[in-house]
Amino acid sequence: MKEKKSFSIMSGKALKKKVEEVAKVVFTICSFFAILAVFSITFYMLYSGTPALFKVGLLDVLFGTVWAPTAQEPTYGILYVILTSIVGTTFAILIGVPMGILTAVFLAEVAPKKLANLVKPAVELLAGVPSVIYGLLGLLLLNPLMYKLELIIFKDSKTHQFTGGSNLLSAIIVLAVMILPTVINISESALRAVPVQLKSASLALGASKIQTIFQVILPAAKSGIITAVVLGVGRAIGEAMAITLVAGSSVNIPLPFNSVRFLTTAIVSEMAYASDLHREVLFTIGLVLFAFIMVINLLLSKILKNGGSENE
Amino acid sequence: MKKNLKKVVAILGVCVLTMAGLAGCGKSTGEAVVETSETTQQVAVEETTGEVAEEATEEATGEVTGEQVEETTGDISGTVTMAGSTSMEKLANAVAEAYMEKNPNVTVTAEFTGSSAGVESVLAGSVDIGNSSRNLKDSEKEAGAVENIVAIDGIAVVVDPANTVSNLTKEQLTKIYTGEITDWSEVGGGASPIVVVGREAGSGTRGAFEEILEIEEACKYASELDSTGAVVAKVASTPGAIGYVSLDVIDDTVKALSLENVEPTAETIKAGEYFLSRPFVMATVGEISEQSQAVQGLFEYLASDEGKELIESVGLITVD
Repeated sequence: MKEKKSFSIMSGKALKKKVEEVAKVVFTICSFFAILAVFSITFYMLYSGTPALFKVGLLDVLFGTVWAPTAQEPTYGILYVILTSIVGTTFAILIGVPMGILTAVFLAEVAPKKLANLVKPAVELLAGVPSVIYGLLGLLLLNPLMYKLELIIFKDSKTHQFTGGSNLLSAIIVLAVMILPTVINISESALRAVPVQLKSASLALGASKIQTIFQVILPAAKSGIITAVVLGVGRAIGEAMAITLVAGSSVNIPLPFNSVRFLTTAIVSEMAYASDLHREVLFTIGLVLFAFIMVINLLLSKILKNGGSENE
Repeated sequence: MKKNLKKVVAILGVCVLTMAGLAGCGKSTGEAVVETSETTQQVAVEETTGEVAEEATEEATGEVTGEQVEETTGDISGTVTMAGSTSMEKLANAVAEAYMEKNPNVTVTAEFTGSSAGVESVLAGSVDIGNSSRNLKDSEKEAGAVENIVAIDGIAVVVDPANTVSNLTKEQLTKIYTGEITDWSEVGGGASPIVVVGREAGSGTRGAFEEILEIEEACKYASELDSTGAVVAKVASTPGAIGYVSLDVIDDTVKALSLENVEPTAETIKAGEYFLSRPFVMATVGEISEQSQAVQGLFEYLASDEGKELIESVGLITVD
């Protein structure tokens, strides 16, 4: 008990100063590691990804549509792969984000406490499920379903290539489910952080509960919800393991029932045997993916900043 | 004030989370890559320990023991250089490693430059052994290369067990993989679309399959999977799927098709009846008996029981 006294405001000024300084150093070191990681990754991606870009040609890589890395005259066009990542992530976000935000509203505002206590742990559990499990479930449950759908829709088609259910749609659904817990958890915290006075004032002015939620609480929690979306997008675009199992992994135009390859799965699926230029191009795909995530994060952070100032 | 503070905290929080997210993303891709290569390796190991080992012991005890009693002793020294087929990388590396372990004074180096380049190198005298995953051409034989077939690579075509088709011709198989035939009814089965499953670019099995059927880069895959196990799983679970895998991994979950009415077995492949196979040739200039002691030792090792087990452990079929 007596030692504790030395930390009090009244005495031990020298020691206090020392503690402050040490704490400062510890914080600096910690942040240094995070920044070091970001910079070393950036450097390494540029270092290993750019050579192939110049060897093959920037336009040939980014806008080529034929991916034939092992042919006699190899071509390394990843346009379809890029498009797949954009389309896949966009639709996953369009499905997952509204669903996630509404679930968060339900948990924070609408649900009876007992029910919320049941749903909340379930959502948290969902967040902890490894991505490969999502992939396996997709492979075992979603793909056969999709195949049945495919057989019905393309019954008389002569040109459609049947994929056995491994298609873009399966990947989108899996991705949408995967980003749910991220979106739900973060937006729920944001909703709960909205000052209760705002809500009370709105209700006191005669607004209904739903009006209050959509007109007052959601706008007030905007920045937190945007954070949730940013992280959701990050998870969706960076996911590899789950979609490598359900998407079929052939390079095709991203149509719902086509077998498609994402930026992430393009790297993962061919790294094992790739050599020379083929391998370097895989690193270039990594660089493209990295650039994508960077741009999305910067863009969304900017929107967040603007949104914040509008709030003032 | 309070609001400002909150804003600052929120922005900081986002920054930190974004960075963490970024770092996480970068790392997770890396990890995923490592994971897959590990799983492929595991699959390979499983293959070798499982069915192949049984087969190996069976065959080794059955047919070969009589001929090859001569044990290589550890007193051979010298160097062996190999160059050639990338498909033979697994075999060449395994042989080099095992042979060097047995004969500590021998150094074996292997380069993987492609079959034709390998034969060229051996003819030019820059290496001792030219690895080729095809039969030698007449022109190469005329130039003095001797075709020593050390192993045979066999590929089985598999479909889901419920499929009524049990035999395909070479032409049918080619057309299925190039997308000209898209329904099983066109090859004598029930009316159901064909789901064409294959391996990813760079895989040795895919290379061999497309090379033998002469449909390099002409295949229209519905699924390109990155391991043998994944192909088996996908074919087993998808009605109407067709896939190709190494001969040694076939199990009850899938049905192996006969090709040109020949069943895919080690026997038919050895007899040269099953066309979806290719020889692994270690070409030398002049007969083996004219080679250096170290090179002779290597061929002796490959012909020994131990060597045959090694060949089977990398998923290949031995020659008698």
